Amino acid sequence: MTLYRDEGIVLRTQKLGEADRIVTVLTRRTGRIRAAAKGVRKTKSRFGARLEPFTHVDLQLYERRSLDLITQAETLRPYGERLVTDYPRYTAGTAMLETAERLTAEEGEPALRQFLLLLGGLRTLAERDHDPRLVLDAFLLRSLSVAGWAPALDECCRCGTRGGLRGFAIAAGGAVCANCRQPGAATPAPPTFALMLALLRGDWEYADGSEARYRAECSGLVAAYLQWHLEHGIRSLRHVERGPDDAGDPAGTAADDEPITRETV
Amino acid sequence: MYEGVVQNLIDELGRLPGVGPKSAQRIAFHLLAADPADVERLTKALKEVKDKVRFCRTCGNVAEEEECRICRDARRDPSVICVVEESKDVVAIEKTREFRGRYHVLGGAISPIEGVGPEDLRIRELMQRLADGTITELILATDPNLEGEATATYLARLVKPMGLTVTRLASGLPVGGDLEYADEVTLGRAFEGRRLLDV
Ligand SMILES: [Zn+2]
Ligand SMILES: [Zn+2]
Repeated sequence: MTLYRDEGIVLRTQKLGEADRIVTVLTRRTGRIRAAAKGVRKTKSRFGARLEPFTHVDLQLYERRSLDLITQAETLRPYGERLVTDYPRYTAGTAMLETAERLTAEEGEPALRQFLLLLGGLRTLAERDHDPRLVLDAFLLRSLSVAGWAPALDECCRCGTRGGLRGFAIAAGGAVCANCRQPGAATPAPPTFALMLALLRGDWEYADGSEARYRAECSGLVAAYLQWHLEHGIRSLRHVERGPDDAGDPAGTAADDEPITRETV
Repeated sequence: MYEGVVQNLIDELGRLPGVGPKSAQRIAFHLLAADPADVERLTKALKEVKDKVRFCRTCGNVAEEEECRICRDARRDPSVICVVEESKDVVAIEKTREFRGRYHVLGGAISPIEGVGPEDLRIRELMQRLADGTITELILATDPNLEGEATATYLARLVKPMGLTVTRLASGLPVGGDLEYADEVTLGRAFEGRRLLDV
């Protein structure tokens, strides 16, 4: 019998039989794995919240021919508790988990950069210093980049020109100049390009100071670009919500009381 | 693969929740070997449940008439509604004998990753029930796991402008678990010690 340890972030849980769950975890060393947790849905379960989505957890697993079995779980950081009391943050976080799952296509293939990106993204989201939508878009842009699909943002993706960027051509790979722009390509405002670049590079000072309309345009483009690269799209993106937000919202987007469902273009 | 009708049965059984291909096969062969009278009773029960049982037009609980037994019972307190995910949670709470109000069954929990959003649950119906001002307290008894908590957060925020008392079952319930597995004493205590939810 082989036991092994790894730490990871719980991405998803599914009911299995009467009281068990299949838990999908993005681990530091083994990449994305699926493992069985026995009796977790029962009152006296010793796992409790430790195997809920968003939890950064230290695991001991028992290797089996089919699904590995979780024999121990210790919470390192319970991000779910912090996110679940704030609906816009919770929905943004859910889209991050789903994207991480989809971008680690092969089970058991190490994906350290994706793991670290998700860990950092959830921490930032839980700290509540920035608009959750900006945190999500930063995570999506960087995840795409780790997957080798970084969109061109400061040069034309067709001819390499660095000035006069006019359009955003999803299929061509990002920003295009006036000469290369074909009819039908989106024409984002220049500050939207700047915002996307700031998010990709981690320039939070710029991002936090951006205006609501550029944030909305940025989210639309990032979502469309992501959906183009992932065959079946990210289901939870449709449910990501912009809501009243107390921190990190100097541009005043929080003026909206009505929840707005994010357009996926 | 088996011959037509047998494979058909296996396929149908395999579509039931929690029944994998192996179990489906085992149940199918059990039925093939069973006494015809036993199978007849099962067939009748299946047919009756679809013919007779429907969902209460007020609360969404399973009912044998337009309205369920609880909604028709005049002795139940009309000012308190307990919101649960499934009908089986109503059964679990009724067993505690701790609650004398009425229910609202959502039909699940918000789960963006499974594609279930607020609009897929009976939330619009809940808002309609709250509109006439009879109801003063809303108890959110969704499952004590992440999706249940997120659903409670969403509902608390949604009804906030209405000025109701919104409460959540107290801790002590198994975090990460299903409400239906909580024992009666624990669930009863969670009811008694419910806390105000402020979002
Ligand atoms: Zn060009
Ligand atoms: Zn009813």
